[in-house]
Amino acid sequence: MPERLMPGGVMSGVIEAVISLLLVAGGIFVFIGSLGMAHLRDFYMRLHGPTKATTLGIGCMLIASMMYFWSVDGKPDIQEMLITLFLFITAPVSAHLLAKSGLHLRLKHADKTQGKPVELRPEEVGDKPVPHPDKGHG
Amino acid sequence: MLSIALYITLALVVMALLMNLYRLTIGPSLPDRVLALDTMYVNSIALIVLLGLWLNSKTYFESALLIAMLGFISTVAVCKYILRGDIIE
Repeated sequence: MPERLMPGGVMSGVIEAVISLLLVAGGIFVFIGSLGMAHLRDFYMRLHGPTKATTLGIGCMLIASMMYFWSVDGKPDIQEMLITLFLFITAPVSAHLLAKSGLHLRLKHADKTQGKPVELRPEEVGDKPVPHPDKGHG
Repeated sequence: MLSIALYITLALVVMALLMNLYRLTIGPSLPDRVLALDTMYVNSIALIVLLGLWLNSKTYFESALLIAMLGFISTVAVCKYILRGDIIE
């Protein structure tokens, strides 16, 4: 860590403490997300870790980075907020698509996992919509 | 204090990347591997942000934004391929 990062007096102790706290919290959340993905038993459980904990962790880290450059340069920057917004918008979409593809491939799951693929309509697991026998589709 | 926090966070993110690599290697099914790759994209964005803090420069955030976009697009493309057998119908 170079010393120019801390040009004494530019950054107050409170701001530095908040940035450090956000950084460590983000690191812990990212670690917990990947631990869940490496450790849990079936795919539907493993989907929980990266989609929630990792997204929160990367949000914490990007906000810490934004606060740091704001306090060093004196003006806020939009790029970190842009990355945070983009990740928070796209994480649920990719999680939904991954869950649909897992249901489509009918992956094996633990007994405690609820919502069997047979309970879902074919179009919910990615198959082509089938017309209803007496009414027709739609 | 900030440098100690940066060291701790770097260690945690690198351990998270190693666990992603483990899941990517052994992952029993295709969606597992796609999920591991998606998480690796997000964790490498975290690593780039930490590199920007370490070097005290904002040069690398454009690449972080680029990696975020490419990761999302590739995940969606592979999921569409798994679901439909085709990406653009």
